Amino acid sequence: MIYIQLFFSFIQVGLFSIGGGYAAIPLIQSQVVDTHNWLTMKEFTDLITIAEMTPGPIAVNSATFVGIRIAGLSGAVIATLGCIFPSCIIVSLLAYVYYKYKSGSALQNILSCLRPAVVALIAAAGLSILNLVLFQGEKTALNNIDWIGGGIFLTAFILLRKWKWNPILTMSLCGVTGLILRLLLSAAAI
Amino acid sequence: MKNKVQTKQKSKKLVKLFLSNLYISSFTFGGGFVIVTFMKHKYVDELKWLDDQEMLDLTALAQSSPGAIAVNAAILVGWRVCGFAGMLTAIIATILPPMVILSVISLFYEAFASNTYVALVLNGMQAGVAAVILDVVCSLGSNVVKEKSYVNIFVMLLAFLFTFFFKVNVIYIILAAAVIGICKEVVRRRKEMKS
Repeated sequence: MIYIQLFFSFIQVGLFSIGGGYAAIPLIQSQVVDTHNWLTMKEFTDLITIAEMTPGPIAVNSATFVGIRIAGLSGAVIATLGCIFPSCIIVSLLAYVYYKYKSGSALQNILSCLRPAVVALIAAAGLSILNLVLFQGEKTALNNIDWIGGGIFLTAFILLRKWKWNPILTMSLCGVTGLILRLLLSAAAI
Repeated sequence: MKNKVQTKQKSKKLVKLFLSNLYISSFTFGGGFVIVTFMKHKYVDELKWLDDQEMLDLTALAQSSPGAIAVNAAILVGWRVCGFAGMLTAIIATILPPMVILSVISLFYEAFASNTYVALVLNGMQAGVAAVILDVVCSLGSNVVKEKSYVNIFVMLLAFLFTFFFKVNVIYIILAAAVIGICKEVVRRRKEMKS
């Protein structure tokens, strides 16, 4: 019974969250906290923090976390399956249509306008993260700049752009460098 | 004989797909656009299974369908590379790392969420993520500019303005771009009819 509930709750999360992670958060909250009382609001906030700190989509992370707390490992699997089920059907249909008509000039023309828009969307996502890195959530002003974050960003950007470093390696090194620099800085402050 | 070779090649490709997606998924902190940039590095630049344009098309599809962008993108890439089997392989590889990590963390989540060292590492990684995304944007953006289509450059600037400054929902941006695309197609057909 609880498995069916988990499955259908997360199907709704998967089906109605269009546009990625942040769109899913209110839906997850309404299912998990308001409708079923599986988590308290405090636990839910912790879950979102953890979901943002760990790799993977927020919806999949939440499904695993809620599933495991409610019904153990099998609960986690069932909730996750529910959450990706709508995608599997809708996206594979779209993939079929896309590859069938891709070479047609009509679809090509429409897609040629979509591509630059997608580049812009990726740019906006990147700049929002950069904004967070530079100002750490404070107001966007010159005297609020976080120089460690900015320095790491600039170094990483040059390494990637000029020397084509591996992105995952670069990102991991950024994490370690950030930890070391900030620990050194706080040690120097004492 | 030929069939055997083909099956062998296919299973090799599936293994490669599985491992690549597993690796990418284990390291994609942040939203769906991060995984898309990593996929571009892996599948376009390294393995050459897709080209730039296809990757952008798949991103638009993944973004405008319901569900997590990472899962949607995995379905599309998997389908493209190896059909139905590829799709299943890519999905499993994408959801396995977050599932394992979250299962482990759910055992001691309070200690994890309040750990300062973890927070500091993640803070540094965020700077790296921004660099990875903007690096890909520079490559893709310069391709758009090089095509010298004024409509496309205009669409790119306008889309950026509306998402970044006016925080318009991504879905509307994609729909608007599709409408502009349809108008372009209609204009082209009219011209063809006249000539």
